[in-house]
Amino acid sequence: MKSKSNLEKVLESGHFAVTGELGPPACVDPEVIRRKAKYLKGNVDAVNVTDGQTAVVRMASWAACLLAKAEGLEMTVQMTCRDRNRIALQMDILGVAALGINNILCLTGDHQMFGNHPMAKGVYDLDSIQLIKMVKDMRDERKFQCGDEMEVEPRLFIGAAANPFADPFEFRVFRLANKVAAGADFIQTQIIFNVDKFARWMDAVREKGLHEKVQILAGVAPIKSVGAARYMQNKVPGMEVPETIIERLKGVPKEEVSKEGIKICVDIIRQVREIKGVAGIHLMAIGWEEAVHEIVESAGLLPRPQVS
Amino acid sequence: MIVGERKPFDEIKESVQGYEKLLIVGCGTCVSVCMAGGEKEVELLASQLRMTNKLEGRDVEIGEVTLQRQCDREYIEPIVEMARNYDAVLSMACGAGVQLMADMLEPMSVIPGLDTRFIGIAEEEGIWAERCRACGKCVLGEYAGICPIARCPKSILNGPCGGSQGGRCETDPNRDCAWALIYDRLNKQGKLDSICRIAPPKDFSTQDHPARQVNEDYLKAEPEETPVQ
Repeated sequence: MKSKSNLEKVLESGHFAVTGELGPPACVDPEVIRRKAKYLKGNVDAVNVTDGQTAVVRMASWAACLLAKAEGLEMTVQMTCRDRNRIALQMDILGVAALGINNILCLTGDHQMFGNHPMAKGVYDLDSIQLIKMVKDMRDERKFQCGDEMEVEPRLFIGAAANPFADPFEFRVFRLANKVAAGADFIQTQIIFNVDKFARWMDAVREKGLHEKVQILAGVAPIKSVGAARYMQNKVPGMEVPETIIERLKGVPKEEVSKEGIKICVDIIRQVREIKGVAGIHLMAIGWEEAVHEIVESAGLLPRPQVS
Repeated sequence: MIVGERKPFDEIKESVQGYEKLLIVGCGTCVSVCMAGGEKEVELLASQLRMTNKLEGRDVEIGEVTLQRQCDREYIEPIVEMARNYDAVLSMACGAGVQLMADMLEPMSVIPGLDTRFIGIAEEEGIWAERCRACGKCVLGEYAGICPIARCPKSILNGPCGGSQGGRCETDPNRDCAWALIYDRLNKQGKLDSICRIAPPKDFSTQDHPARQVNEDYLKAEPEETPVQ
């Protein structure tokens, strides 16, 4: 095993993995995290905590990870390059590993212009691929980015993101290959609504044999309303929501829309599961953690495996 | 060129409040080309200030002069004596020019009239665009002559990120995705290999500031001072 991660064990033993996501509060209240943790516990193999998603100030990912870990969850810290240079990143990497957080998702980060402090200075000393490589060198070579050696290395399972829906489509798989070469152990994709396009991306992934080098978790999420679907379709860069999804939501009575959103999510899980090379799903029910159990259960993914 | 933008009139008006004799000094190089701080802009600003002062009942003498460059001592020297007849100087140069003026005119107040924006090119008439961040170690050779440091908002050296859509950047629908441009041009050149590898972290020590550059050869070539007899 490369790491101390439960997620790594689940994936290595060939189980179809399920990861979840938890958005930390924009305040100090630890109860928010404990409440969300309850909905996730037993339903997923590991839980990501976002790191200032959309560049809005929220509780630090590592701190929220620690609170949720105390509730018995396996955690994945998300770490972005937006707010930290390589010195701060490495200090945080040492810290999270020492705290028993075993997975890390390496991201460049949402640009500060999207958040509530657009006047902040963006750091971007490294990009996501350089961050992946740095964590790998810390873990496998016991080396800091500068080349100095350390005594006890961070045994982290290294994750990265991939967006099959961004452009240029033909280059997306090459960039994934760069992430794998940099040291990514697992990939969590952008939320998939256009399964056909995702399947085409996976064809290219398999053509390069990348599915054998990295564990790919397909990103999925339930949609709560037609408005939310439209918002994702028009306002979220790099996300594709086909009109057929919106029509399905519109086709049911108003009080049934959120139920239909869950059904669509379950259908997508079933479809991506059939695609060769997909090792699991990453369920992003941010702000709708209550739905996680129903989705995972309906998709036939319960109980979660206990791997020792 | 260095691209600047004239500060808003109200900000300039506020910053020169209280001076009875004001000299506005234009710069004839970069900021003149980008129509922010050259002779014409000095003339325009001087008229605006004179008009406002008249309307608001202030008696202020305003002088105008435009130098070829404000970032070079030899161009400033000829006006130093004349400038000392004023209470303050409003420099329409970039930040470098303003500072050299302030050094050479010490202890006079030298006030900036422009906001210095970036190193860029004239994209089309009236539009300038950033192209270089003076990082101190040029990487253009690896990226088909398109700088990801200057032209990607996250300066990603291993792009494009997930926010590249239809050739545009997620941060601004009017902004080209630098990485889409890099990809297209490398593709045309048959050199996509150069981005199918990992670019290592950049050495930002080349960007330490304040930076200084010494041309040793030039210094060596300078005639030695004649020894005092």
